[in-house]
Amino acid sequence: MTSKTTPKSHPGLNLGPSHGKAHEDAEPIVFGFWIFLMSDLVTFAMFFAVYATSIHATAGGPGNADIINVTSIAIQTAMLLISSLLFGIASVLMKHRSSKRTVIYWLLGSLAFGLCFLGLEIHDFLDLAQKGAVPMRSSYLSAYWALVSLHGIHVSVGALMIMVVCTQIGLFGFTDDVKTRVLRLGLYWHFLDIVWIGIFSVVYLPGLFL
Amino acid sequence: MSKKDERSRDLKMYIAGFIGAVTLTTLSFLTAILQPVGSAFCFTLLAVLAVLQLIVHLRFFLHIDLSRQKSEELQLILFTGLIITIMIAGTVWLLGNLMMRMM
Repeated sequence: MTSKTTPKSHPGLNLGPSHGKAHEDAEPIVFGFWIFLMSDLVTFAMFFAVYATSIHATAGGPGNADIINVTSIAIQTAMLLISSLLFGIASVLMKHRSSKRTVIYWLLGSLAFGLCFLGLEIHDFLDLAQKGAVPMRSSYLSAYWALVSLHGIHVSVGALMIMVVCTQIGLFGFTDDVKTRVLRLGLYWHFLDIVWIGIFSVVYLPGLFL
Repeated sequence: MSKKDERSRDLKMYIAGFIGAVTLTTLSFLTAILQPVGSAFCFTLLAVLAVLQLIVHLRFFLHIDLSRQKSEELQLILFTGLIITIMIAGTVWLLGNLMMRMM
C-alpha cells in the first residue's frame, strides 16, 4: 500500500516515486508552472470583468443574443472536453510506462480535437465578421473578441506545444525533462477547459434568455 | 496495490471527471435552451452549475483535493480566488455605477 501513503506533491497527475529523478524534479517545476497558471487566471478574470461591464455598450450594433450559435458552442465544448480526456489518458499511460508510440497516438488524438475546436471557433469568428460584428463595431464587441480570442490564442499555443512535446518524445524518448513537460502541458490543457466553462456560462448561454 | 490496479485507478479518475463534466455541461446547455424557470433563476442555476463543474475539473483533471499533505496549491487557488473576487466585484461595481450615472 505504499502508493496510498505517498504524499501527492504537485497539482495534476503525479508520476510517483518509481520515476525517481523525474518525480523529484517535478515538484518545484510544476508548482512554478501552477503559479503561472494562477496569474494567467487573473488575466482572464479581468477580461471577464471588462466583458461584464460592457455588456450593454453595443452602440446599436449586434448584441449578446445576435452572436450566439448554440450548436457550434455545444460542439466546441465537447471537442475541448474530449481533448482533455485524451490528454489525461496519454499522461496516465506515460506514468505507467506505455510505449512512446502509444502515448504519442493519444496525444495526437488530443491535438486533433483541439484543432477541431479551433477550426469551429475561427469559423464562428468569420461568420461574425460577415455579419458586421467586428471588434471595431462597439465596446461590447471589442470586449467579446478580446476575451474569446484570448482563450483561442491560448488553445493555439497549447496545440503547438502538443506538437513540440510529441516531437520531443519521438526524438529523445521519456527523459526526465520530457516527462515533466508532458505534466505541465497537461495542466495547461486542463486549465483552458476551466476558462472555457467561464466563457460558455458567462458569454454564450446567458445570451439565450437575458 | 498492483501496478495494473493503480493504472486503472488513474484512468478511472479521468473518466469519472469526463462523465461529470459532460453531465454538468449538458445541464447548463439544457437550462439555457429550455429555460425551465425565470431568467434570473436560470442565471443563478448556470452559475451554480459552472461552479460545480469547476470543482469537478479541479478534482478529477487537476487532482487538487482537500486531503493532501501539501496544501500550497489549494492556498494559491483560494488566494487567486480572493484577488479575482475583489478585482471583478470592484470593476463591475465601479464601472456599473459610472454607466448608471451617464444614462
